Amino acid sequence: MDAQRRNLKECMVLDHVNYVYGAGTAYEKHALQDINLVLGKNEFIGLIGHTGSGKSTLIQHLNGLLQPTSGHIYYKGNDIGAKEFNKKELRSHVGLVFQYPEHQLFETTVVKDVAFGPKNMGLPQLEVDMRVFAALKEVGISEELYDASPFELSGGQKRRVAIAGVLAMRPEFLILDEPTAGLDPRGRDEILDRIAEIHAEGNRTVILVSHSMEDVAKYATRLIVMNKGNVFADGSPREVFELYRELEEIGLAAPQVTYLSERLREAGVALAQNATTLAEARELLLADWKGGSR
Amino acid sequence: MKKNMLRTENLVFEYIRRDEEGNVESINKALDDVSLEVSRGEFVAILGHNGSGKSTAAKHMNALLSPTEGNVFVNEMNTKDEALLWEIRKSAGMVFQNPDNQIIASVVEEDVAFGPENIGIPTKDIWKRVEDSLEAVGMTAYRTHSPNRLSGGQKQRVAIAGIMAMRPDCIVLDEPTAMLDPAGRKEVLRTLHELNKNEGVTILLITHYMDEVIDADRVIVMDSGKAVMQGTPREVFSQVKRLKEYRLEVPQVTELAYELKQAGVPLPDGILTVDEFTQAYLQAKNKCYYDV
Amino acid sequence: MIRDITIGQYYPVDSPIHRLDPRVKLSATMLYLVSLFVFSGYLGYVLAIAFVAVCVKLSRVPFRYIVRGLKPVLMLLIITLLFNIFLTKQGTELASFWIFHIYDEGLITAALMGLRLVLLVIGSSLMTFTTTPNQLTDGLEKGLRGLKVIHVPVHEIAMMMSIALRFIPILVEETDKIMKAQQARGADFESGKLLQRVKALIPLLVPLIVSAFRRASDLAMAMEARCYHGGEGRTKMKPLHYKKLDYVGYLVLAGYLGLVIGSSFVPFLK
Repeated sequence: MDAQRRNLKECMVLDHVNYVYGAGTAYEKHALQDINLVLGKNEFIGLIGHTGSGKSTLIQHLNGLLQPTSGHIYYKGNDIGAKEFNKKELRSHVGLVFQYPEHQLFETTVVKDVAFGPKNMGLPQLEVDMRVFAALKEVGISEELYDASPFELSGGQKRRVAIAGVLAMRPEFLILDEPTAGLDPRGRDEILDRIAEIHAEGNRTVILVSHSMEDVAKYATRLIVMNKGNVFADGSPREVFELYRELEEIGLAAPQVTYLSERLREAGVALAQNATTLAEARELLLADWKGGSR
Repeated sequence: MKKNMLRTENLVFEYIRRDEEGNVESINKALDDVSLEVSRGEFVAILGHNGSGKSTAAKHMNALLSPTEGNVFVNEMNTKDEALLWEIRKSAGMVFQNPDNQIIASVVEEDVAFGPENIGIPTKDIWKRVEDSLEAVGMTAYRTHSPNRLSGGQKQRVAIAGIMAMRPDCIVLDEPTAMLDPAGRKEVLRTLHELNKNEGVTILLITHYMDEVIDADRVIVMDSGKAVMQGTPREVFSQVKRLKEYRLEVPQVTELAYELKQAGVPLPDGILTVDEFTQAYLQAKNKCYYDV
Repeated sequence: MIRDITIGQYYPVDSPIHRLDPRVKLSATMLYLVSLFVFSGYLGYVLAIAFVAVCVKLSRVPFRYIVRGLKPVLMLLIITLLFNIFLTKQGTELASFWIFHIYDEGLITAALMGLRLVLLVIGSSLMTFTTTPNQLTDGLEKGLRGLKVIHVPVHEIAMMMSIALRFIPILVEETDKIMKAQQARGADFESGKLLQRVKALIPLLVPLIVSAFRRASDLAMAMEARCYHGGEGRTKMKPLHYKKLDYVGYLVLAGYLGLVIGSSFVPFLK
């Protein structure tokens, strides 16, 4: 926490954010309730919650697509709700990749489509081109596809092109709303590995919205769990998954290996701690095995 | 002897792409010599990555596609026989991936009635069928609702009810959970198992989620248009390495057991659940303790 | 925002109006709309208001819900009012400034015109509030059955209408989503000159059309899988049979018509 607090000028700060939609109608919903969060520089955050928990509403606040009903959001110390704040510029700093992003592709070629974002930023053509190529490279789209129609690509390729479209704006905050929905295991791993690489390059906060505990446990260093418009838990994967009973009550679950470690410990196996990822479980069990069979 | 519900005989299907003049541009063999059998009352899952041919196979079971070579039999009716088309579609219903794009009516019960209406069921019987089907999927409370206000899992259950109302012997589901959240996926899977158990409906579930096939009677793995593996979930998941070659994954505990075994811990193959793992691990430890 | 549009959205409660045969409601709506334009005299207004008020009351659709349905036509209403107020140059002048002159006749015409428009919207939306799209298309299909003789594909048209109604809310939501997604990539739908604005719509329209086609092809396949093969040999879950209530409905309608026609002959209050 201290590390995050070190410089709020580099962070995204949510201060008592509330959001109510459909106020006064039969469908009124308090979608966000008094959210206070500091999203730090360089973090890899997993945002979890089931459908309707408010996580989609939350991320749309971060780039100003939705305005809080009350409360403030500060990007690098500036209130993004302020009149003089440039929202369009904010959107290039806070890149938001929606669910099924391939549904937004519209240009005749891959390159043109990826260029849409940087062009809207008013960058010179050379800079646009450079960013487009860099972004396509980052998501692993090979050069022979650059001039192909985005509609002719495979599902996984389309998705990566769409992500490149946001990456090309070089956002400091990259938010992805379930980037792996509907993909098969290989397609999913390809995307998540790319995202991890992009994060590893540095200077970028990644927020990964996901339903898969296994995925967020593997990649994220911090988990934020949303439930009914509230932040239900916020901490390292291990801290959050220790609450697996509470998570179940709100319709979520910990990764299978967490349950396994819990069960093994109940059965008398002396594991040092609960595992959150497969690799961790492997280490812990091997340590136990070697210790026990000595 | 159990009667076959679905059977394919050396099924080949080619997607032929033509240019503007109608000349053949490319031929893509989506299915390559697939021979499968599904018995009446079975719960069979087809597992495969995107583009493995599993959806193409599914569309043959409902005569939505016709084989390039080979035959497909539904209830021993050849799908090539056009005179039997409606009989075939009646006995093998189909549920698709996107719940929004298969609900036709703006009220739940009217959508469930769509199938029976098409096959000319008398009004009184339609009502009975609609009631029974909504009951079977647990959506009776929503019968007068608009589908637009339902969750993804509920919409998929309505789609299943719409098929059930045609009193099929078999339901083929083409990735019915790919667009759902975990809660919705569970909901749909539970419904399918209940239908299989209580109503005796044969289920052919196409998916790429391995955790959905653990409770199936049998698993068929498809890769590049071929059926490459068949067996009980335990048999199939015993072969972690092969599955990975087919771009598939296994449950976390199965993979963990596999990796530990590689590292020298004597665990059996095909562990599927946390309980099985715990037992096997304790046993292995005990044994080791006494051996030393 | 877009979701607030209540026009045409079925309101699911049980009421005598809901239970009426759609054909009765269709004829009633038609005749009511015509009556709004043919009657003259204050008595006509009184009758029209009374008729719709009774129907609304019977329908059990909350008044607030109906009023919200007026929102989308508010602009049209205001324009109509302004035109009538400023362009009518009869009667006594009440006020004037610069080139604008307001006459009492103008005010009266504006008020009556506005009233007619409001009644028009309420009258027609009441039908869609109380009739599911399916019933509506069933009503049309059966009511226009005669046209089949001259090879009008009545069933197909009715089916297309009901599917369109089902997908409108889905496509509206999708539009909203694509718009946001493109805004996240810096698209600007709100400023610029007309040509720029039209161009700015391409990133919205292309994905929307692509998606509509994908949905259409999915839906066609799903319908085929559920044995849909046109109107031939099709039965209905909710077939249309006239019941006692429907004959009462027709009678009331006839009564209303009689009164409206009669009212034009009443010289008093003209």
